[in-house]
Amino acid sequence: MIFKAKRLSKLALGPVLLLMSVFALAAGGEVSEVNMSPGVTEVGHKIYDLHMIILGISTVIGALVFGVMFYSIYYHRKSRGVTPATFHESTKVEIAWTIVPFFILLAMAVPATKTLLEIYDNDNAELDVIVTGYQWKWKYEYLNENGENVSFFSNLSTPQGEIDNTEAKGEYYLLEVDEPLVLPVDTKVRFLVTANDVIHSWWVPQLAVKRDAIPGFINEVWTKATKEGVYRGQCAELCGRNHGFMPIVVNVVSKEEYRDWLAVKQKEAAEIKELMAQTFTLDELMTRGEAVYNTNCLACHGAQGEGGVGAAIAGSAVATGDVGHHLDIGINGVPGTAMQAFGGQLNDVDMAAVITYQRNAFGNNMGDTIQPIDVYNHKKG
Amino acid sequence: MGDHHHGPAKGLSRWLFTTNHKDIGTMYLWFSFCMFILGGTFAMIIRAELFQPGMQLVDPEFFNQMTTLHGLVMVFGAIMPSFVGLANWMIPMMIGAPDMALPRMNNWSFWILPPTFLLLASTLFMEGGAPQAGWTFYAPLSTTYAGPSVTYFIFCIHVLGLSSIMGSINIIATVMNMRAPGMTYMKMPLFVWTWLITAFLLVAVMPVLAGAVTMMLMDVHFGTSFFSAAGGGDPVLFQHVFWFFGHPEVYIIILPAFGVVSQIIPAFSRKPLFGYDSMVYATASIAFLSFIVWAHHMYTVGMPVSGELFFMYATMLIAVPTGVKVFNWVSTMWRGALSFETPMLFSIGFLVLFTIGGFTGLMLSIAPADFQYHDSYFVVAHFHYVMVAGAVFSMTAAVYYWLPKWCGRMYNETMGKTHFWISFIGFNLTFFPQHFVGLAGMPRRIPDYALQFADFNMMSSIGAFIYGASQILWLYNIIATIVSGEKITREKVWDGAEGLEWTVPTPAPYHTFETPPKIDAAHAHS
Ligand code: HEM
Ligand SMILES: [Cu+2]
Repeated sequence: MIFKAKRLSKLALGPVLLLMSVFALAAGGEVSEVNMSPGVTEVGHKIYDLHMIILGISTVIGALVFGVMFYSIYYHRKSRGVTPATFHESTKVEIAWTIVPFFILLAMAVPATKTLLEIYDNDNAELDVIVTGYQWKWKYEYLNENGENVSFFSNLSTPQGEIDNTEAKGEYYLLEVDEPLVLPVDTKVRFLVTANDVIHSWWVPQLAVKRDAIPGFINEVWTKATKEGVYRGQCAELCGRNHGFMPIVVNVVSKEEYRDWLAVKQKEAAEIKELMAQTFTLDELMTRGEAVYNTNCLACHGAQGEGGVGAAIAGSAVATGDVGHHLDIGINGVPGTAMQAFGGQLNDVDMAAVITYQRNAFGNNMGDTIQPIDVYNHKKG
Repeated sequence: MGDHHHGPAKGLSRWLFTTNHKDIGTMYLWFSFCMFILGGTFAMIIRAELFQPGMQLVDPEFFNQMTTLHGLVMVFGAIMPSFVGLANWMIPMMIGAPDMALPRMNNWSFWILPPTFLLLASTLFMEGGAPQAGWTFYAPLSTTYAGPSVTYFIFCIHVLGLSSIMGSINIIATVMNMRAPGMTYMKMPLFVWTWLITAFLLVAVMPVLAGAVTMMLMDVHFGTSFFSAAGGGDPVLFQHVFWFFGHPEVYIIILPAFGVVSQIIPAFSRKPLFGYDSMVYATASIAFLSFIVWAHHMYTVGMPVSGELFFMYATMLIAVPTGVKVFNWVSTMWRGALSFETPMLFSIGFLVLFTIGGFTGLMLSIAPADFQYHDSYFVVAHFHYVMVAGAVFSMTAAVYYWLPKWCGRMYNETMGKTHFWISFIGFNLTFFPQHFVGLAGMPRRIPDYALQFADFNMMSSIGAFIYGASQILWLYNIIATIVSGEKITREKVWDGAEGLEWTVPTPAPYHTFETPPKIDAAHAHS
């Protein structure tokens, strides 16, 4: 051999072990700030192991290559008066460093393939959740064979003031939502991931899931959390203006807690159904409408309806004009602008309330009430 | 022959109408430097916004325009044209040809570039702003959901493709037809080899990119639904077509850089390149493999598992020829007589940092692990290690290496070395911490981030400002050299350098090799 491989590999081993142990230590805790975290799933641990093995292989090879290089830089300097050698090829060596890496990669491909096949095994899920990406929020829908389907949107709940640096930032700045996804522990959950507008990507590192949400297509992916806790993630595919502001929060709870939570949610859903048939007073609609406005409209139309990304509501021609047109914009949006179609996002009660609110707040004073049945009829055409 | 030594024309028309490979090379190099500064400015804005959590300087829309334009300008405006400029200057001089084979087309392929980038940059001032769907411009964000600037953008991409294709055809024609007698393929300097292969890659994939943007144009303006499921199309189709171009594109960027360091490392090791033949074969196999790995950028789109496995294995394979190259460079240095002038420093910087980028590439190729890495800052770190510390460092090395030959003046060595060390430290300070935040879960292309990423991001921003500032030193050094550098006349500027370019006078005259040189064994593969 032209290299004094033995001595060098000893030299190299020190830093390698050091670096690896730094990484391993860092990964010992829950969530590391410098390394991938194994998370709370079996698959996540396997991915983490793959990551550490390939990192280890790279570090060893790197230490060897750089070791040889720095040896050369130090001992083969012209300033030491060395005469350069003239060798410039060796078929044996070339073959060796083609074949050896090939076999290292082959060895690596085996566990990688195994893990991949496991990740792709979507069968026997105990619970199905449809995850839909919207600009810029997530919608979760629990599929149930018995009982009411439960579905809701999950929006960023960090106050705008924290983002604009006018308020102190909280611990979970940008990683908090108004309504988290709730999942039972030790349960194989299958996600059916899709999108409503552009491509998004649903990523929760601790659950070892990242899958693109593609409009018009449904991707399947699964997870099985083995530990209760709150796990946070973010959209991972550039999806426009607020790509950085559509986090994911998953609350993994015990199976009993989950059952209770689901029961409450189903009751709420049933109540909404009932509410749909009711007639509300202006006051009732205004109270409900204000809450809906603040979560859904405020970001673009302003706290005082003064406008921003979106048009002003205060004194606007739409909010003080024909009800049908106002409903139309709320339900179908304005294509080509940031104004989305909220018809599929808000239930008819909330839609009726927020339209009523816009027509009677911020100095607008139309005095009319829009009832859920009006929304329903408008949607029917 | 020797009796019509006409020099360049005078004034502006010299540059507008020139068909001289050295003039055109010079223009390409200066143009790409301007784009490097422009793209760098965009990067500084990005890093300034990311200096701290919270939105401080720009709004998210403008931030997205910055990341998009930064990528486009750096890839298509800075890196690619700089290597075309280098090819123009060096290929004829390396193979003993009087000029490029198609000089008029050469002029044209350069001159369509500046107006194109002017047009692209002008979209910043349009209503709705510049393109903001990322340099990878995935549909439908870049089509149905894009502003009016998308049409200008599509036009720009078409023209850039045209320019690249013309440039490549020129290089292929030159290398295949204009080698001096005796300059067989296996005697060509490695830089010529890598460019020949790159040119074939370009001719093969630029039309694919043109196809992608044409489909976008149809979707935006003519009611088709290539990329929209509602009309029977598929958004993922865009990604397949884009990356069928995009992956070879990353090798288009790096292969000429391989060529450059394969010239420089032997020169300052005073020892022939180790394993010339295997270098050529490795380059060719990388080029071949680059066509069958594209979907490693799309592991998370939900491909069938068989596709996933195929692309994983093929991608892992690329590490083999890449490794061969690295081993060969290191063996070239082994038992040489090394000296560390600025070009060598940048080449060693390249070698170390590119190798790190290769390792992260290997990590990314493991599909299950990529489910965690993908679209995180880990990927950002990976591709800046290969593109900045790879392509840009090697380009920097090339400029220091050949500048004395071009202008007959020596650059300031101390300033050059200072430039290297500041760049090296600044670069690593910027991009090494990005591995950490990426692994810890920070997505890419976000204008604001959670608090646990704050420290490393601040570090990154400081590093970026340092790296950015050090390029001003470089610019200053170049200008000072051209204007008032110490004059040199020896043909062989570097004592260890080999190759035909070192047999012509210094500075290289306007016309070289009007009579083909004799190739003897000493001049074979540098
Ligand atoms: C050993 C060789 C390499 C391997 C195995 C490799 C592998 C990969 C993989 C798997 C990805 C996708 C990561 C993801 O998005 O999840 C990636 C991204 C990327 N690589 Fe490499 N890579 C290698 C070398 C290079 C080189 C030489 C360049 C260019 C000079 C390069 C440029 C890029 C770029 C630009 C991206 C990201 C593109 C984007 O999404 O914006 N890579 N690489
Ligand atoms: Cu690639």
